[in-house]
Amino acid sequence: MKDRRPHWSERLKVTLWTLIVPPTIWAGHFLFSYLWAAVSCAKAGAFATFPTLFVVGTVLALILIALSGWIAWNQGRIPGASPPHEDATDIDRQRFLAKSTLLLACLSFVGVLFTSLPVIFLRDCL
Amino acid sequence: MARACTLIIALLCLSGCNAQQSTLSVFGADARDIRHIAIVLTVGAVVILAITTMLYIRAVRAPEHSLDHHQGMRMILWVGAIGPTLILTALLLYALPAMRPRPASAADLVIRVEGEQFWWRVAYRPPSEATPLLSANEIRLPVGRTVLFELGATDVIHSFWIPGLAGKMDMIPGRTNRLVVKAEKPGRYRGVCAEFCGLSHALMAFDVIAMEPAAFDTWMADARAIGPIPAVATPGRALFDAQGCGACHGVRGTPHAGTIGPDLSRFGERRTLGAGILPPTIDNIATFIRAPQASKPGVRMPAYPQLSQEEARAIAHYLKGMR
Ligand code: HEC
Ligand SMILES: [Cu+2]
Repeated sequence: MKDRRPHWSERLKVTLWTLIVPPTIWAGHFLFSYLWAAVSCAKAGAFATFPTLFVVGTVLALILIALSGWIAWNQGRIPGASPPHEDATDIDRQRFLAKSTLLLACLSFVGVLFTSLPVIFLRDCL
Repeated sequence: MARACTLIIALLCLSGCNAQQSTLSVFGADARDIRHIAIVLTVGAVVILAITTMLYIRAVRAPEHSLDHHQGMRMILWVGAIGPTLILTALLLYALPAMRPRPASAADLVIRVEGEQFWWRVAYRPPSEATPLLSANEIRLPVGRTVLFELGATDVIHSFWIPGLAGKMDMIPGRTNRLVVKAEKPGRYRGVCAEFCGLSHALMAFDVIAMEPAAFDTWMADARAIGPIPAVATPGRALFDAQGCGACHGVRGTPHAGTIGPDLSRFGERRTLGAGILPPTIDNIATFIRAPQASKPGVRMPAYPQLSQEEARAIAHYLKGMR
């Protein structure tokens, strides 16, 4: 029987570094929101009628977070030892990191949404 | 014992109830929104607390092995993660519009208020007038009209808060903050300083009088129309002139135009003395003039111990006559 060829998202490796990707995007988006509001208020003197750049940045952040969440989801399902996955083995470690990344991705996704809602709603330079 | 404690705490809380200075007794559109949010949040929190307590009691009381692990995990996912996310999103969407500043136009009345240790400098700037109308420690508002507050400070940071009208806004030296409000119900209310600003911070309040628009216009026209006050020599006036009070206090219609302390034109119609702290009786005013620090520690007005109570009362009569 031929080995099943692993999907590309399974060939990547979750590590502690990839674990912090979603929260880092969230933090970056947070900073971006403040910078964007400050710069557009200072340069244009008023809130943009349609915040194109901001929407693009937000959608980009959401896509990146969703992507890392999806990769983590796939990695967490790589077949290996039987449950419970709590031994000090490579595969269990990977599954743990993958699950944590997925949860962080969910949190970061909601975090980015909550950060951008006030911008869309308030539209005010103070 | 426990019951007595509950009763005492309840009574203490009730003593905070009043109609002048309360976020619950609203007379402005923004305060009404804020109260609505507060009620929704409180009721929601109580309901959520009741539900989680019930779930908790059920889980603790359940006989061993009677709860399904899978079902438990699913409940954590829904009640612990997805549910709160949806509720928080809904609350965010519901509360955000209330934070949107009210629109103001160039045709609206502007009232500039400056916080100073420990009183309020007030200047009305109607759109049609070039010179502002000065006042202090009292703010009058026309009901139903949009009013723009320009808030500043001269010494330290203060915070301008009329709980029944709108949320608080900081007053920061060197910066003008804008607060747009709309009063909806005539009446007498109170505002306070909501940022610790020195010894008499807690004694820095002001009266707010919401008036029907027509009455407000009449009041404003009357206040503007004050002409020169004939220099009838009363003992109070002579003392006021001689003691140099005018170096700090302005009185329209007299040569006194000091701007260091509160403007005293129309002082006679004020409802309180010393920035909302004392009833403006002749005796209170006289005592305040002789020893202001006795009722306001750290006050920026010098004491006049050299005046007798009789002389101070004479000044008080003179000031009460300004209306
Ligand atoms: C050095 C400036 C200064 C001088 C001189 C001065 N005052 Fe004052 N006065 C103030 C300040 C500042 C306040 C505000 C005090 C506070 O409430 O914190 C004040 C408050 C008052 C108030 C209360 C005003 C209100 O709105 O309730 C009265 C009345 C008053 N002064 C009368 C007098 C009289 C009468 C004299 C002269 C005998 C006098 N003042 C001299 C600075 C001065
Ligand atoms: Cu203050």
